[in-house]
Amino acid sequence: MDLAYTPKQQAFRAEIRQWLAANAPAQPLQSFDTAEGFAQHRLWEAKLNEGRWGMVTWPEEFGGRGCDLIDWLIFEEEYYRVRAPLRVNQNGIFLLGPTLMEYGTPEQKARILPKMACGEEVWAQGWSEPNAGSDMAAIRARADLRGDKYILNGQKIWSTRAVWADWLFGMFRTDPASERHRGLTFILVPLDTPGITVRPIPQLDGLPGFAEVFFDDVEVAVENRLGEEGAGWQVAMATAGFERGLMLRSPARFQETARRLVELYRANRASADGDPAVKDAVIRAWLDAESYCLATYQTACRLGQGGKIGAESSTNKIFWSELDQNMHATAMSILGARAELLPRAPDAAGVGTWLDGWLFAQSGPIYAGTNEIQRNIIAERMLGMPR
Amino acid sequence: MDFTFTQDQLLFQSSVRDFLTAEVTPERIRAGWDTASGRDPGLWHQLAELGLTGITVPEEFGGLGMSELDFVLLAQECGYVALPEPLVHTALVAAPLLRQIGGELAGSWLPGIAAGEAKVVVGLQQNLLVEDAHIADLLLLQREEGWYALAPGQVELRHNESVDPSRRLYAVEFAGGAQPFATGDKAAELTAATLDRGALGCAAQALGLAQRMVEMAVAYSGDRRQFGKPIGSFQAVKHLMANVAVRLEYAKAPVHRAAYSVANGEPVAARAVSHAKLMACEAANLAAKNSIQVHGAMGYTWEVDLHIFMKKAWALANAWGDTAFHKARIAADIFADGTALGAGTTFAPAVPDGELNPN
Repeated sequence: MDLAYTPKQQAFRAEIRQWLAANAPAQPLQSFDTAEGFAQHRLWEAKLNEGRWGMVTWPEEFGGRGCDLIDWLIFEEEYYRVRAPLRVNQNGIFLLGPTLMEYGTPEQKARILPKMACGEEVWAQGWSEPNAGSDMAAIRARADLRGDKYILNGQKIWSTRAVWADWLFGMFRTDPASERHRGLTFILVPLDTPGITVRPIPQLDGLPGFAEVFFDDVEVAVENRLGEEGAGWQVAMATAGFERGLMLRSPARFQETARRLVELYRANRASADGDPAVKDAVIRAWLDAESYCLATYQTACRLGQGGKIGAESSTNKIFWSELDQNMHATAMSILGARAELLPRAPDAAGVGTWLDGWLFAQSGPIYAGTNEIQRNIIAERMLGMPR
Repeated sequence: MDFTFTQDQLLFQSSVRDFLTAEVTPERIRAGWDTASGRDPGLWHQLAELGLTGITVPEEFGGLGMSELDFVLLAQECGYVALPEPLVHTALVAAPLLRQIGGELAGSWLPGIAAGEAKVVVGLQQNLLVEDAHIADLLLLQREEGWYALAPGQVELRHNESVDPSRRLYAVEFAGGAQPFATGDKAAELTAATLDRGALGCAAQALGLAQRMVEMAVAYSGDRRQFGKPIGSFQAVKHLMANVAVRLEYAKAPVHRAAYSVANGEPVAARAVSHAKLMACEAANLAAKNSIQVHGAMGYTWEVDLHIFMKKAWALANAWGDTAFHKARIAADIFADGTALGAGTTFAPAVPDGELNPN
């Protein structure tokens, strides 16, 4: 065990810090759930890619730097430190990207990954259906093979970023006689294909961060299948593993929230200490955010030495989503009567972005597999309790 | 950056676990409750033969010369079996304290510790009472004015019964006239380091205790049937255990960081130890709470072994600094002006000095 960064890691940190200082937007971009904000974020992805910072862990041939997970954590730390823009293509770079590396053909990788890395193609997720949420194996949307094309019919819902995205990756039933997780196939779909209707769904903040997607005899070339026909469940589980696991929510994000919470508390101590639970909650926020960082470094080092992510990765999603909720709930308590004010309200001085964060934190225990499903997975696969 | 244990460290852990789970059974622990000393000289002899009593004793004094980091995984295993013998106290508190004191005291006592022939116990004011003072050959006691080294004949002991029948706690008094061997700054250094090592030992044991309680409750929930199926198949029961698994999973890395920090004298060691102890003891308390619930009425009996582990967890949660103490240490640090918080501040030096700061 050696918990010091190597000179190479220090130099890497210095390099990304300098690049961000010169290139990160001085003003926050608009929300990527608006048309203008989406375009701004797409341009930012292109800029990141020019500096080869789009996805540092990817191989160089796909626009990455071939970095290990520790470098990735360093990158994320520097990125969140300066509050650089959220990643509009996170479905692509964090979820589909790693799955493509594992299951994609060389042609698929060469075609898709570079355009994903530069934001030219932004990806939406197409997993849930109206009757297949936590019970994802209940998927009914169909893909029927005719010649060299799949014909897609059915409906997806809660497709994050689908309103302005270019592509969607999703699971479709290719064997109509199949049940549950058999007979499903992972298919990549251009969202401008005829027969697709995208109906935006406004989220708690009023912006259309996700959508319903309807498929009506949509033709998709068979080359857009990822993995074997009928192996969709296995491919999707790999994606789910990355999502719950390291990539989607790096510790830096929560450490920065914890840091801002400490600042907020210190600035409002006279009123905040009126509720003795607040100070304790701030201390707990720091403890948990720091624990999440330490545990992630430990996992990253273990993976770097050839270890595998196991069922314990389901603990990860519960931990960060509840931490995020707790931290924002504490901030709301500290803000008191101002907490409900939108930042644009005339008397909202000092409320910052806590309300946005509070709204978004409500989604954490729901998306990427509800925390109840994660608890089942932990109980059954990690602890070995009976099904 | 390498946040992993070496193969040797993991192998050592595994062999100690095999030994302890075979030897330190709940039956043997219960047998100790009914003896006058509550201690098992045969078991201590076995631990000494394995080199464990001298694991942190420098090699020049006949020990293995290992660090707090080498011992932390073994301390977890001591927790896993709820070891009554004062191995964690010896390896993590007494021997490192003597090493730090140095000189004649170290030279006189460390070889005996390594050989398993001498028992040295340490008492801090912070702790109110002294663990295992009744079997001590030497007592190192911290008082307001400094540190004292006392022979058993110089002290008077008053036994205080603990909820954990394996714990033997004593109020220790000694007559005036004894001279402290360390005072002032030197004494304060010894006190601070000893408190951190003791708290680290509690945290590491708490990890093992929590793990053991989860395993017991999971096993019970697989055997116990109601409504025609194992109660472990019910979601309400599963989620009790999953909640423990989550808190336990995220308590491990802070404990390992704290051990590294203590072993390497990192400036953040005190904060790291408080962090570790709060996380690990909270996980162990939650494990106790949810494991007794899963056991139902059986969990409330003397007969079922769960209470061996629950009671040790409850005791350790407020030993070597209670939660108020450790939270206050965290607060004093993170609410202070000039403490670097946030992304990139966990490991030092994360931020190269000055020249790169874009803000």
